[in-house]
Amino acid sequence: MSQPAKAQKDRSMAQQKEMIAGHFHALSTAKESGRKVVYTFVPGNLTELMHAFDVLPVYPEINALQSGMRKRSGAFIAEAERLGHSEDVCTYVKCDIGMLKNGNIGPTGEKLPPPDLLLLSYTGCFTFMKWFELLKREYDCPVAMLHVPYQGDGRFSPGMRDYVVSQLRSEVIPKLEQITGKKLDEAKLQEALARSSIAEDDLVHVLEQAKHRPSPIDSYFGGVYYIGPMFTAFRGTQSAIEYYRMLREEIDERVKAGEGPVTPEGPMKNGEKYRLVVEGPPNWTSFQEFWKMFYDEGAVVVASSYTRVGGVYDTGFRHDANRPFETLADYCAGCYTNLDLPTRIGLLSKWVKDYDADGLLVNSVKSCNSFSAGQLLILREVEKRTGRPGGFIETDLVDPRYFSAANVKNRIESYLQMIEQKRHNPSAIVSEGPKAGALPVMP
Amino acid sequence: MSAGLDAIVERADALYHDIDLTCVKQWREAHGGARAVGYMPIYVPREIIDAAGMLPVGIMGGRGQIEIIRGDAWFQSYICQIPRSTIELALTGRLDCLDGFLFPSICDVIRNLSGMWRVLFPQKYTRYLDVPQNFDPAVGGRFFAHELGGLRDDLGKLAGRAISDDDLRASIARYNENRRAIEELIALRAEAPHRAPAWEAYLILYAGNLLPVEEHTAMVRDYVAAAKAATDRAPRDQARVVMLGSFCEQPPLMLVKTLERAGCYVVWDDTALGRRWPQGDVATDGDPIVALSDAFISRSPATAAKYQPEGDRGEPLVQIVKRSRAEGVVFGAPSFCDPALLDQPMLQDALDKVGIPWTAFKYAENLGQFQVIREQAGTFADSIRLWGEA
Ligand code: SF4
Ligand code: SF4
Repeated sequence: MSQPAKAQKDRSMAQQKEMIAGHFHALSTAKESGRKVVYTFVPGNLTELMHAFDVLPVYPEINALQSGMRKRSGAFIAEAERLGHSEDVCTYVKCDIGMLKNGNIGPTGEKLPPPDLLLLSYTGCFTFMKWFELLKREYDCPVAMLHVPYQGDGRFSPGMRDYVVSQLRSEVIPKLEQITGKKLDEAKLQEALARSSIAEDDLVHVLEQAKHRPSPIDSYFGGVYYIGPMFTAFRGTQSAIEYYRMLREEIDERVKAGEGPVTPEGPMKNGEKYRLVVEGPPNWTSFQEFWKMFYDEGAVVVASSYTRVGGVYDTGFRHDANRPFETLADYCAGCYTNLDLPTRIGLLSKWVKDYDADGLLVNSVKSCNSFSAGQLLILREVEKRTGRPGGFIETDLVDPRYFSAANVKNRIESYLQMIEQKRHNPSAIVSEGPKAGALPVMP
Repeated sequence: MSAGLDAIVERADALYHDIDLTCVKQWREAHGGARAVGYMPIYVPREIIDAAGMLPVGIMGGRGQIEIIRGDAWFQSYICQIPRSTIELALTGRLDCLDGFLFPSICDVIRNLSGMWRVLFPQKYTRYLDVPQNFDPAVGGRFFAHELGGLRDDLGKLAGRAISDDDLRASIARYNENRRAIEELIALRAEAPHRAPAWEAYLILYAGNLLPVEEHTAMVRDYVAAAKAATDRAPRDQARVVMLGSFCEQPPLMLVKTLERAGCYVVWDDTALGRRWPQGDVATDGDPIVALSDAFISRSPATAAKYQPEGDRGEPLVQIVKRSRAEGVVFGAPSFCDPALLDQPMLQDALDKVGIPWTAFKYAENLGQFQVIREQAGTFADSIRLWGEA
């Protein structure tokens, strides 16, 4: 039964690989082909607008996480620290600076071209702003800044939307026009937006299949592959539509066959024993080892906040071709880390219930205050609202010094035991929420 | 004269140590139970709170004066101190006398703290105030005026009365006066740092967190007059430095004293930066909300939390060094403070380019040991003096 499903899985994987390779190849030959290159960020990216101008995006965070997965981030971070960057700050930034100082070789081994424009469209994190101030010093190119207000009281007001739209018109579009020498073709933008919403429907469908038992996907470790094309260069393209349609069919097949997620070691050996919701980004330097700690124990992640970092679609948002600028503003504002804590707590609690999870596990990363500040409160509140126990681990994104495998494994195992205990004795108080001194000390 | 000076500094020192906000409770009682609204560093338009007849109260963490017990349960070890001590202040009832709390846009920690506040203290008015990073009056200015209008409505409701334009204009005038007085203090430090030591000036500025604005203006002016007259305070051969990075979590008072004892005159710093924001007067004619917004857009000081669209990131610091005739820069930033620490390499590069020496250390508000900083600052001051003489 698993053979056809596996073959189909390989098809979407192969397609994604091909898309990414094609993109990096286009980047490495951008100079010859005359295409302009725009550096920008994942949360709050304006991919459809970039497609309308036919420019190629580069995402520094993606390069950083790829460097992490390829075990190169440690050296890059050390280089940045040697150049005076503090050990305390976000390691994505340092990894990027280190990579830049080492020839700016991208994940496929090809050199990344310098930017023609730094498009500082960011949302949900102040570090992005500093990051581009740092990059600005390295390149002689214009910078377009798009400031997206934070949803501090849980809503994106008309005044905020108007502010973002005004910046698109007065700042972002003129700079894209300047570097490309072309006027914005609004019809082209609308076509891209319409394509986005088709693929977004399929992505949501895929993520929601985790409501099945067993879940056909792992929505964190597997999820990062599923969101890749959507959150980066491909949203709004025909190839994204095809990729997500293919992925959807594959996952539907797995549901029909009653299959669980595919892990790097094939189907999960002992089946699905625990269903978790995970909050926070993954660790990239030991990604496979980290994932293995879960699937070895039969723990499947059925929903995660990280798969919403480049857009929360499951609450109904879709890019709307009829309101091209407003929809871009709404998209930027709605990315997960641009949401206030009460909204995040609401979403996580809802996922625990809707996906019938055993509880919420927080992976708190040292680098990222945007995610991490407040996570202990989130944990306590979600426990309180769902009555299901919470767990807490600490790692980092791309700094290998902050992944203590033994410590993390230990805590995951204790958490799963806690869930077990709760199953046998539902009324037992298995967690009293965060306590002073309960956190593991960083290595 | 020095008896007067001592009395002013003593009063400021008492306010600095008023961790239970007794002075706020007294103010409320004296004003028929009028309300008080707290705010975090850096910038909030205090004029709007004041115009509603409420007391704006700056909360700058626990400043090492309280033991953190519950606060540590809410924050990971790699997050700075100020949010945990602020939560501790609230959970121990010390902020009960505040009816509302404003969280300005400064970094992700303060931003997320605003959401925590809404969950932990649902009965209190809480607002996150986003400020524009686009400085075009027609774009960022319009947005900010809109946000300030919303804040004005909210605070009017909290105070139980609508805030009129005239209320606002009168308040703006009071704060303009306050900013002018503070500029006089800053000018005095640049002129004669031996007359107004940094730790005293810091206490005087800090008092503005708690005092009604006119009282604070009077205190600053009294201090400046008394310090100018303190002829017994003789100049010493100290290195003139700018201290930068302390705009949010505050350095312990002892740290400021340590720098001066180690041979540095701190002639400019960014502690209590919100008290000097915006730079210069806010217009008192026309629409007062637009005036506040315009002043923010056109005259905000350069700081890590503010995007700088044009020019070199370090240039404003170089100008500050020149204007205050400083000989070097001491970067003193809180551990884990992303805005300050991400800024530093850019600022340091700019200083290197024009040959201004600098040194850097990190602190936490509850730091208790100053020996290392003392040695570092002492060595730095010596090197400046030797280098200056060479
Ligand atoms: S702080 Fe977090 S969101 Fe911001 S750049 Fe770093 S990893 Fe990304
Ligand atoms: S000290 Fe720095 S990181 Fe901490 S809250 Fe203040 S600005 Fe944010």
